[in-house]
Amino acid sequence: MEPVHDIRLLLAILAPLIGAGLVMATGKRPNTRETCSFIAAATLFIITASMIRDVLGGKHLYFCVFHLLPGLSVSLRADALSMVFAVSASFLWMVTVFYSAGYMRGLNEHEQTRFNTCFALALFGAIGCAFSDNLLTLYLFYEIVSICTYPLVAHHQDEESYEGGKKYLTYLTATAKGLILPAMVVIYVLTGNLDFANNIHTGILPPDVNRWVTTALYACCILGFAKNGVMPFHNWLPSAMVAPTPVSALLHAVAVVKVGVFSTVRVMLYVFGVDTMHALNLGLPTAYFVSITIVVASIIALSKDNLKARLAYSTVSQLSYIILGVALLTPAGIEGGLVHIANHAFSKITLFFCAGAIYVATHKKNISEMNGLGRVMPFTFGAFALASLSMIGAPPVAGFVSKWYLLNGAFDAGSVGIIVVLLVSTLLNTAYFAPVVYKAFFGQPSREDAEHHHGEAHPAMVIPLVITAAISVVIGLYPNFFMSFVRAVL
Amino acid sequence: MTAPSPNESSHLLSVLIFSPLAAAAVAAFIRSERLLRLWTLAFTSAIALFSLQLWARFDTKTADFQFVEVSRWIPTLGIKYSLGIDGISLLLVLLTTFIMPLCVLCSWRYIQTRVKEFMICLLIMQTAMTGVFCALDFVLFFVFWEAMLIPMALLIGVWGGPRKIYAALKFFVYTMSGSVFLLVAIIALRLKVGSFSIPDMMGHDYSPTFQIWVFLAFFISFAIKVPMFPFHTWLPAAHVEAPTAGSVLLASVLLKMGTYGFLRFSLPITPYATQVFTPYVLWLSVAAILYGGLTALAQTDLKKLVAYSSVAHMGFATLGIFALNQFGIQGAVLVMINHGVTTGALFIIVGIIYERLHTRDLAQTAGMGKRMPIFALFAGVFALSSLAFPGTNSFIGEFLVMSGGFQFAKTNPAFIVGMICIVPGVVLAAAYMLRMLQKVAYGGTSNPDHSHVLDLGLREILTLTPLLVLVFYIGLHPEPFTRVLDASVKHLLEQTRQVHPLAPYATLP
Repeated sequence: MEPVHDIRLLLAILAPLIGAGLVMATGKRPNTRETCSFIAAATLFIITASMIRDVLGGKHLYFCVFHLLPGLSVSLRADALSMVFAVSASFLWMVTVFYSAGYMRGLNEHEQTRFNTCFALALFGAIGCAFSDNLLTLYLFYEIVSICTYPLVAHHQDEESYEGGKKYLTYLTATAKGLILPAMVVIYVLTGNLDFANNIHTGILPPDVNRWVTTALYACCILGFAKNGVMPFHNWLPSAMVAPTPVSALLHAVAVVKVGVFSTVRVMLYVFGVDTMHALNLGLPTAYFVSITIVVASIIALSKDNLKARLAYSTVSQLSYIILGVALLTPAGIEGGLVHIANHAFSKITLFFCAGAIYVATHKKNISEMNGLGRVMPFTFGAFALASLSMIGAPPVAGFVSKWYLLNGAFDAGSVGIIVVLLVSTLLNTAYFAPVVYKAFFGQPSREDAEHHHGEAHPAMVIPLVITAAISVVIGLYPNFFMSFVRAVL
Repeated sequence: MTAPSPNESSHLLSVLIFSPLAAAAVAAFIRSERLLRLWTLAFTSAIALFSLQLWARFDTKTADFQFVEVSRWIPTLGIKYSLGIDGISLLLVLLTTFIMPLCVLCSWRYIQTRVKEFMICLLIMQTAMTGVFCALDFVLFFVFWEAMLIPMALLIGVWGGPRKIYAALKFFVYTMSGSVFLLVAIIALRLKVGSFSIPDMMGHDYSPTFQIWVFLAFFISFAIKVPMFPFHTWLPAAHVEAPTAGSVLLASVLLKMGTYGFLRFSLPITPYATQVFTPYVLWLSVAAILYGGLTALAQTDLKKLVAYSSVAHMGFATLGIFALNQFGIQGAVLVMINHGVTTGALFIIVGIIYERLHTRDLAQTAGMGKRMPIFALFAGVFALSSLAFPGTNSFIGEFLVMSGGFQFAKTNPAFIVGMICIVPGVVLAAAYMLRMLQKVAYGGTSNPDHSHVLDLGLREILTLTPLLVLVFYIGLHPEPFTRVLDASVKHLLEQTRQVHPLAPYATLP
């Protein structure tokens, strides 16, 4: 499969970058500013969508942006794996632009221009990660995401958000600099370049590398991309929930965390390769390692009353599904893991959108105060219920597809332990989502609420969340779109 | 190579070295302060453009010294006036010529007293600094080396901060005592070789014991200049007290003299001793990286913070040099250039803050970025460059140095521990720079009032823009720079690997 030189890749990463510039330039006129954001998002989506056919046709698109030194370059590629991430991230950005305009204006937030600029820059980083062709490029965009999202996390500029932002940056840059950078240098010294392999089997490490060195590098990569939320470096994610909800929604449910998971998966499959992981028996230990995160994060989620905190721990837990699936190293497992990148994105963003809509409409953050709200906000809580089903993995919503493949993968790998983990986590998911939905629809509203007439939030917020909920159902019923990419990865 | 080929008969280097001296003489007769500033700026800019000829005419395929000039100077002692540059010195000469106009620009308002003397000092510094990088005769080298001391000490001692005399004296005493060892080494070498010619000294075969003594003498002298841990204590004092231009010169050029000394003298002249001492120097570099990082993290004075970060960065340079492989040395030279660009810029940034707030305390500067978006942008880019953010110049240098370090550890597994030890150093760089950036750009919930502070003016933007361009140019397109270095570094490694029967690292890659 010969790489085809394609300028669309460059245009794709330039769209959000130029968008950020335009947003900054038009900051004084909010409507123009939001239009710029949307145009950038739409352009990005159209460019990405235009590559779908080529990628599914088996082409390997490639573009070299900068050539640094022999074996080191900043270059882009579009293959099936990148498309899973790029399509979902770029589509959801479009939806989020509307939502975030509604949210930020609804709450009269300050510094909206900075907010929108950084938002576009974060997407620039995320799309760059999706399309990176080698470890150096991946690392470059990964770090761009870390830096550009700091102003978003610390947006409120109060004590709590500075603390959250500090933790955020500390965790993310320390792991990237402390683990990924040395691993990358060692891989460069061992192989002479950092380009990803062209298939998921061989990896790029020469066969004569000491197995302990390979294992150490592998461990550095699994832990180093801390955006993937794997314990013990997951703590930044709940702290980052101080950010405004659109940030939590798009970045901490889709772009940032998926950058982490995507990078981890990319490195597992395209730097180490399935064969190496089999040979060194790295697969199942990784699966068990992330299982701890899946179960523990779910248990913590149970104990959280703050809705966003519960969603944050749910994210931590769900992200590890993706790594678990890939670590099973069976075709069904890898398919299930990878398709969960998209499935989780659509469902989780719906949940965060709902949390934001509830907050804007009622100023409530805690689940215990949401009794009976479902009756006054039927769309919001209806969408919430659907997305919860997806998180639990019930048909016909998207999460079911992932869980189906993950379970198949676990059976193929013949690992009873993983099957148990998946079942237990499903129970836990139910345990922390079902009460929210139940209370909202069947709980007795407090007297204060009954007197105070709440309604749905602004349509700019409700319409996006209905759309993403609907898509969650559609990709649950017709999973073929994302599955076709995932199959092309194998 | 070592015999310089005198077939090129241009006097480019002499012009570069001595024209600033002539300009200083002219400056002595200019009365108006404004005219003085303009004259120095115009002259240094012209020289910077003129020096581009070196870049254009430099032949990257050969490791020979180029633009060589040799003429008699003191024949009775065998001292010649001989100049020439290879790839390593070419980059450093260009760094010097390009940093000079920026030094003038950043002193435009900062220096209000004795402007004439200040400009003359700067120009004399330029002569001496360019001379050091071009000299091919050891005595000539030493003359320039010493000639730097006095104007620099004056820059600190006359135009410096409250403890300027202490700082100037400390700087002078430290470097002077280092130079004494250098002088002894030069004379010892002269007695063995019979000439002061540096290329002659490189080709000579010395006994192991002799090499060890010469190496140690070199080492003390250069390690103070770098400065390597634990010889670094003069640096923070000098940086904190020096005026902005002084700090920039110190960081961008003077610190490079030490590492240049290692590359030009220690490695090729005493290859055996270099191999003996390599592990020790490497461990000292690791110590410098960690120590510099930790100390920088603890600073509340911005200038001290940047000064200690220099110690860490120069630790990377020495690590790369003594890894003794292509990656390491190329990376080290890049780190030297990058440190010149980035740390120079950071000192200018600190100067800009000081001009406005008359303080360098981190707490007082909190939240400046809100009032000064352009300033925040520049500060952000340079801080990111300093922490080796990918895509900026420092990243490529540190990446190569670390590659060199791991390459060394491949054949000497004991040093794997050392490489693991520098990882926290890399993280620390991110920690102290991001902490500074966070403070300056955001601050906390209650920041001092900066509403009267003006954003950058055109002059300040002009000062910083060339450095900003270099940050990204070297970061994203380093090949022209590495191409210039390639042949020289390869040749240097060959010289270093002239395997002595007793060499402990005879199997170096």
